Amino acid sequence: MATKPKTAATRNQGGTHSRSRQSTSRTAKKTPAIAEFSKEQELAAYRDMLLIRRFEEKAGQLYGMGLIGGFCHLYIGQEAVVVGMQMALKPGDQVITGYRDHGHMLATGMEAKGVMAELTGRRGGYSKGKGGSMHMFSKEKNFYGGHGIVGAQVPLGTGLAFTNVYRGTDNVTLTYFGDGASNQGQVYESFNMAKLWHLPVVYIIENNKYGMGTSVERASSNVDLSERGASFDIPGEQVNGMDVRAVKAAGDRAIAHCRAGKGPYILEMLTYRYRGHSMSDPAKYRSKEEVQKMRTEHDPIEQVRKRLLDKKWAGEDELKSMDKDVRGLVGEAAEFAQTDPEPDPSELWTDILH
Amino acid sequence: MPTEILMPALSPTMEEGKLAKWLVKVGDEISAGDVIAEIETDKATMEVEAVDEGTVAKILIDEGTEGVKVNTAIAVIAGEGGDISDAAEAAASAPAAPEAAPSEPAAPKGPEPEDDPEVPEGTEMVSTTVREALRDAMAEEMRADGDVFVIGEEVAEYQGAYKITQGLLDEFGAKRVIDTPITEHGFAGLGVGAALGGLRPIVEFMTFNFAMQAIDQIINSAAKTLYMSGGQMGCPIVFRGPNGAAARVAAQHSQDYSSWYAHVPGLTVVQPWSAADAKGLLKSAVHSPNPVIFLENEILYGQHFDVPKLDDWTVPLGKAKVVKAGSDVTLVSFGIGMAYVTKAAEELKGLGIDAEVIDLRTVRPLDINTILASVKKTGRCVTVEEGWPTCSMSSEIGFQIMEKAFDYLDAPVARVTSKDVPMPYAANLEKLALPSVAEVIEAAKAVTYTA
Repeated sequence: MATKPKTAATRNQGGTHSRSRQSTSRTAKKTPAIAEFSKEQELAAYRDMLLIRRFEEKAGQLYGMGLIGGFCHLYIGQEAVVVGMQMALKPGDQVITGYRDHGHMLATGMEAKGVMAELTGRRGGYSKGKGGSMHMFSKEKNFYGGHGIVGAQVPLGTGLAFTNVYRGTDNVTLTYFGDGASNQGQVYESFNMAKLWHLPVVYIIENNKYGMGTSVERASSNVDLSERGASFDIPGEQVNGMDVRAVKAAGDRAIAHCRAGKGPYILEMLTYRYRGHSMSDPAKYRSKEEVQKMRTEHDPIEQVRKRLLDKKWAGEDELKSMDKDVRGLVGEAAEFAQTDPEPDPSELWTDILH
Repeated sequence: MPTEILMPALSPTMEEGKLAKWLVKVGDEISAGDVIAEIETDKATMEVEAVDEGTVAKILIDEGTEGVKVNTAIAVIAGEGGDISDAAEAAASAPAAPEAAPSEPAAPKGPEPEDDPEVPEGTEMVSTTVREALRDAMAEEMRADGDVFVIGEEVAEYQGAYKITQGLLDEFGAKRVIDTPITEHGFAGLGVGAALGGLRPIVEFMTFNFAMQAIDQIINSAAKTLYMSGGQMGCPIVFRGPNGAAARVAAQHSQDYSSWYAHVPGLTVVQPWSAADAKGLLKSAVHSPNPVIFLENEILYGQHFDVPKLDDWTVPLGKAKVVKAGSDVTLVSFGIGMAYVTKAAEELKGLGIDAEVIDLRTVRPLDINTILASVKKTGRCVTVEEGWPTCSMSSEIGFQIMEKAFDYLDAPVARVTSKDVPMPYAANLEKLALPSVAEVIEAAKAVTYTA
């Protein structure tokens, strides 16, 4: 279970609670049920998380070789969040996120080859090499980016949810952002409109404990980010974002709330990134022990692996073979990303206007 | 002493209004604060309160009278102890109230554009305000396409802060005409998200001054996404609202953003002058698959121009218009700058200088070919705009003329812009800060070496 420091001042769980807010919709705040997964679900979650992990490791490697340039923010450690949420979606639901986006793309079904080739800036990349790590999109997979300005995706995701209402569909928009972005003003402008107009948007705050090098405690006056919707009367939950089953269960609740026309919902995913903020971040602001503890005790993939073995739903050999498949897929993607040509120089001048 | 009650100015740009209703009659005692009349401006119906105490001695303007100029005497009040008949007589013999106060706004009205080659011969022309033309454009596009909607502050129930969206709520309902909280960054981003999702939002900013709160979403999200997605994800959205100086609203509310937005690849930037162009260009902007910045002007909203009566009148984006042909000097402007230029061209004629006048209409993409063709003919160019001089549209136009028509120039390109200062409030300073017809004439004389 991921934990985070709570201060008496902000938790105030005793009988001295004096806030006058009379909220009826804030439910089940700290009691997330854990969804029981079937064997198929466990295996699918395992494979999807593994794909992200191996993909990101390879991306880190290619970055080190100078094949990926610029900024590259890895998702390692946070895989359960996006994989669990994706399991709760149905076709037509949209996904949008910030710049730590490779995992989201793979989870929505975008091909590893196209994502990796975009990272290396090649013509076969999802944006023809013109977007890079932070700017990829797939209309087909309902993935709306990939946005490089911290928090900017939040109004955009709210607008996608507006589209669902305008069109009269029952689709829901998942709008991901981090603990750092949760202090941007436009997030609250979005919360207000989303609640005012009952927009079907799940705001997923991926709290990996650090906005770049600044811990949540040093950046946020109230470290319980699930309460950030309180003044808009948006219900929020804290979720163990290292457990894919907890994520899926919370996702089910949040999405059902949205589909029922009750407006937005906030899920604060308590998670952790193993790597630095970006490839160039040595992450000196936290101890090696802290990282090691998360890796050994709370790793999202190891948890599923252990359950699969314990329940004898899979043997070591089977898991090894799955790992081999995933490595093969990632290896192919990396190969493609290195051999695919760079964009034709004429591409400089295309796609500025339709 | 009798006191005259004058037609009040009820907004920064009001020049005249309709005296809709008198709520008092001759002989009524009134005291300060009493509502005595209702006045309709082009934006709203407002109540007029008495400032003085006394008895209504004479009503000078009947109710129902339209086009009553600001500062015209509309009634006479006899002061305490005064005789109302004396007061009425005094008023009758008093010199006529000064004709309105046309000093405000500073920009003069120019003549109507000449016959428009874009309009089929024999088309009926209807005198229309820019305000009505913009509203008609939106209404037509909303009738034609259910994905088009309007969102912004006060656009629905209030009928528009400047009444551009008047009547749209009644016709299209609250689903498609959407009042927002005061949250520019948020609703601009929401609009961009809806456009990425396939809708066609028209986002109204109460003024473009407030769009600075939202400029990250306009540039980073709306303008760049098509490119960053390798052509996958376009953003068909219109951001519109009044831009530039109104009248006496000072520095934070008087800025021309033309060159700011014109700087950005991925944006189309429009700034119309006439009502016909306002309507035709706004319709084209809504049709456009790209983000369009549509810069209007509060002073122009109430001005009348002929608009062709056609089922689907559109004006192409990116196409300048030669408003008046001439041979001696090319005057290039756009938006309200056209008011100075057209007036100056008339006066220059009297000085024997035959100016060619170009209205850019769209500032990005810049129709440089129309400018170059003209400059190659005249050999001289003056650019006119209400923006600041540094990194202005004038800077760009002048540079491109130098690059592409250097050998044709008989004089350096001159520019008339706002002064390089924040907009002052004081009436005299504001007038000095803005371009003037006299400055345009001086510049034209300078480039034609006319004494």
